[in-house]
Amino acid sequence: MNKHLLSISQLTSGDITRILDTAESFREVGSRVIKKVPALRGRTVVNLFYENSTRTRISFELAAKRLSADVINFSTTGSSVAKGESLKDTALTLEAMGADAIVIRHSSSGAPYTLSQWVDASVLNAGDGTHEHPTQALLDLFTIREHFPAFDGLNVAIAGDVRHSRVARSLCLAVTKMGGNVTLVGPPTLVPPEAVGWGAAISHELDDVLPKLDVCYMLRVQRERQRLQFFPSVREYARLYGLSRSRVEALPEHAIVMHPGPMNRGVEIASDVADLPRAVITDQVTNGIAVRMSLLYLILGAEGPRGDAAEAEVQRA
Amino acid sequence: MSAVGPTFLLDAGEVRRSVTRIAHEILERNKGASDVVLVGVAARGDDLARRLAGEIERIEGPPAVPVGTLDITFYRDDIGLRAEAPEVHETQIPFDISGRAVVLVDDVLFTGRTIRAAMDALVDFGRPRSIQLAVLVDRGHRELPIRPDYVGKNVPTRPDEEVAVRLVETDGEDAVVMLQREGNPA
Repeated sequence: MNKHLLSISQLTSGDITRILDTAESFREVGSRVIKKVPALRGRTVVNLFYENSTRTRISFELAAKRLSADVINFSTTGSSVAKGESLKDTALTLEAMGADAIVIRHSSSGAPYTLSQWVDASVLNAGDGTHEHPTQALLDLFTIREHFPAFDGLNVAIAGDVRHSRVARSLCLAVTKMGGNVTLVGPPTLVPPEAVGWGAAISHELDDVLPKLDVCYMLRVQRERQRLQFFPSVREYARLYGLSRSRVEALPEHAIVMHPGPMNRGVEIASDVADLPRAVITDQVTNGIAVRMSLLYLILGAEGPRGDAAEAEVQRA
Repeated sequence: MSAVGPTFLLDAGEVRRSVTRIAHEILERNKGASDVVLVGVAARGDDLARRLAGEIERIEGPPAVPVGTLDITFYRDDIGLRAEAPEVHETQIPFDISGRAVVLVDDVLFTGRTIRAAMDALVDFGRPRSIQLAVLVDRGHRELPIRPDYVGKNVPTRPDEEVAVRLVETDGEDAVVMLQREGNPA
């Protein structure tokens, strides 16, 4: 494994398989009475979140705690960042306090990469701007794998606000890397022209795509990132691109519905659709903990705590 | 390349007879099988545990003794000291171990660190009445105060030698062999 997890593009399909296989074992840990193992005792994981997040931060926090690592949550409000401290100084401060891994979410694309150039600690990208959200893509793959024996030839649609979605980019890269077919679906204003280079097909008609899907992945309409008017009205968007009950009927029997959350019920997904058995949205959340445990274990389990001089022990079987 | 080939310590017949004897010893010590559960340490310990369960059932009759598989990776004391994080296997203990006599089963007993990790892992699953240890080979060189209750064979070794247990389930044959480590162990 690499020292950092910055994007899906740095991973091979072999890496991804290893991450998912290891996550299977951690899912078993999550089903025990005592959901905790001592694998990362003595390591410190810092959650450095420059953007709001509930599920990703809590998921990383639980993952680290179930591995017995110490966790520090650093949010930018009410901290030195609010006093004007730069990302670099914040990171160097956290590192000076002994952080072994920094989980970062930032509104600027590329912030995790820049951070990884400054610090010795491992950096995990928990979402950067409109660039990538690799851990979300990996937990999505894990969830898909629970329902389908192989990724090869799997038909996945990622539908909605592709333009502003880091989830779309990471998932698209991940699925195609594993041999699946991706179709990006959305209004022309919300599917960026450069998406042609992601190895995916592009469609502007959700209804055309539905009948041959294995996975229908709905994206949240990210109004907070939309500085312009990308569609006339929420109502029109819901009518043209929302996953309604009747659209679900057009899906094959075996197809599953996914959403990275938080959902806008009634916009990109109808409320009753989100609660159908084939909507595996809460499974995605549960699996997120196991996948993040797997990543933290594979990244932090590979090297000693800094300054550790137990090199002689390395030879031992 | 070293010219020394593998030395056979136990052949298939001896492996089979060791398993049978250990099964009898477990029954004798625990006055039957009613309280006993077997937990094998992955990999190979779980195969041995299933064989022991088969022998115990053959001797005592049904019901079969519960068998679980334990992966100790997350409990190792050398995580972070290696270039790669150790590979993870499956853990499956689909029964309650509280109040039971748990027989931990492993192929080779060496430093004792695996068994230390296994005991830490076990107590996260419940509070056994007792934990006993069965191994096919005890090769010495303990680094922790751990001793086996049931041993297939005691084998004197040098620390740099390698003892490999091969089982039909994973390796296509039953045998215990000693390998000389070649050149530099790194």
